[in-house]
Amino acid sequence: MSSGREDGGRPGADPVITADEVRHIAHLARLELTDREIEWFRVRLGAILEYVAKLNEIDIENVEPTSHVILMENVLRDDVVRPSLSRDEAIGSAPSSRNGFVAAPRIIETDDSGVV
Amino acid sequence: MEYEAIIGMEVHVQLKTASKIYCGCSTAFGAEPNTQTCPVCLGLPGALPVLNRKAVELGLKAAVTLVCDEIVERAAFARKNYFYPDLPKGYQITQFGAPLARHGRIEIEVEGQQKEIGIRHLLIEEDAGKLIHSEGESDVSFVDFNRCGVPLLEIVSEPDLRTPAEAHAYLAALKEVIEYAGISDADMEKGQMRCEPNISVRPRGYKEFGTRTELKNLNSFRNVERAIAFEIERHIGILERGEKVEQATMLWDERAQRASPMRVKEEAHDYRYFPEPDLTAVTLGRDLAAQIRAELPELPRAKRARFVSGYGIAPEQAAVCASSPAVADYFEAVAKACGDGNEAAKWIVGVVASAVNEGKWDVNAPSVAAEKLAALIRLVADGAVSGIAARENVFPAMLERPGLEPEEAVDELGLRQMSDEARLEAVVDRVIAANPGEVVRYRRGEEKLLGYFVGQVMEETKGRANPKIVNQLLRRKLASG
Ligand SMILES: [Zn+2]
Repeated sequence: MSSGREDGGRPGADPVITADEVRHIAHLARLELTDREIEWFRVRLGAILEYVAKLNEIDIENVEPTSHVILMENVLRDDVVRPSLSRDEAIGSAPSSRNGFVAAPRIIETDDSGVV
Repeated sequence: MEYEAIIGMEVHVQLKTASKIYCGCSTAFGAEPNTQTCPVCLGLPGALPVLNRKAVELGLKAAVTLVCDEIVERAAFARKNYFYPDLPKGYQITQFGAPLARHGRIEIEVEGQQKEIGIRHLLIEEDAGKLIHSEGESDVSFVDFNRCGVPLLEIVSEPDLRTPAEAHAYLAALKEVIEYAGISDADMEKGQMRCEPNISVRPRGYKEFGTRTELKNLNSFRNVERAIAFEIERHIGILERGEKVEQATMLWDERAQRASPMRVKEEAHDYRYFPEPDLTAVTLGRDLAAQIRAELPELPRAKRARFVSGYGIAPEQAAVCASSPAVADYFEAVAKACGDGNEAAKWIVGVVASAVNEGKWDVNAPSVAAEKLAALIRLVADGAVSGIAARENVFPAMLERPGLEPEEAVDELGLRQMSDEARLEAVVDRVIAANPGEVVRYRRGEEKLLGYFVGQVMEETKGRANPKIVNQLLRRKLASG
């Protein structure tokens, strides 16, 4: 970062990203982080966000939003069935499987714990 | 206090493609679990999706069918990120921000009242896998990834529905046009059509909406209607007690006939949508939409109206004759070939519909060609065979032997009616001569004896005399004595 600042934000001003926001993002990505790591990411992510925020200074009034850098369009395939993987290839590396199904921890319940 | 329910509907139908939306795996129903997957739909590292052209075309067809005012010019895809056992990639490729089409509409009819329901948007996306639970093991989900990547059309309505019956009518109307236009088979039992109604209740006359809840796990129109009725009553109960409805996703329990809030061990959704880097955008030229519009089949509502006005048949008959594109084409072919739309409709509604119900008739491959049925209808009109014999003997014979001509069948079965007036007159004369006593009684006013004479003529002719001609002859001869 050109500013070389380590606090991810101007001193005294609100941090660009808070520790709680970092914790939330880590949870969404299913990452378990220590408090030290949270602080480390807060600073690093803050610096990145600040850097990217420079783009806000540019006048983009007449610029179409870009979602791709490759200038390709209409890459389509015909509706033709191709061979799939065998079941063993498909689920062989799952941690747990039974009767051709992948077995996973159940995460939904109703209040009646009825079958969903 | 009087309350009013505000109902919106999110419907997903499976687009009628042979292969998945971003890979070449089959979409066939009923395969063994996890036998229709590949690196793309399993989200294995390095696999790249390629969009199925047919899925885009069917989506556009839906946009045209549902009269969308706005079809996006450049369709793009986005990733919706979340973790769930049925989603091996960890994200769903869907559309976000710029759906395929917006501002459509569909007409529904409830108790004879027409109503237009707005369609907010249509988009195309991929389905997730299927979780199966066994009663004994409450902590395990068994996962089948075959459905991952199956193309779906999401149809979101405006909150224009007010009653469970309207919700039912909306789904029925949607299913009808979607099936008719060949966009989806929309078979709920096969998971090809799923719906999630959202419901809020407010005191009648209020402008503000109440708190919404969403209903899931509905696998038939009947359940949709019941679950909505249950949820409306539940909301009203809460409001009557002076409490507040909590925003929730409710799961319908078919056995208990009640909905309970879903508990998800997960926090509020935060999907972090971003443009899908592995798919390019698709420019949908106006030409394509125009071409699809031009190729769109006549939809059921228009077809029924045309049948009523064009062939002079009753609306109930038109409903049967237009029940699917195949039946409608068959009806029109018969009507044109025999020149009598009314008779053609009677045959479709009566005889053909029964054969379909009994599993003896495949609407897509009629066992009796339209020209042959038309020929049989003409034989009845010409008096060569009676209507009853045609229905009960000739038609079943033709059904069993598809090549059989009606003319041949009538002769083989010995059912040709005697319509030759001269020959019938001779029989009538013999019958009159043989029954002098009855003739006298008839002439004295016992007119019901006409039936007796008709019976005698029928006996002499082994039931083959044309009853219309026999009646005319008898009346004339008996009157002039
Ligand atoms: Zn695949």
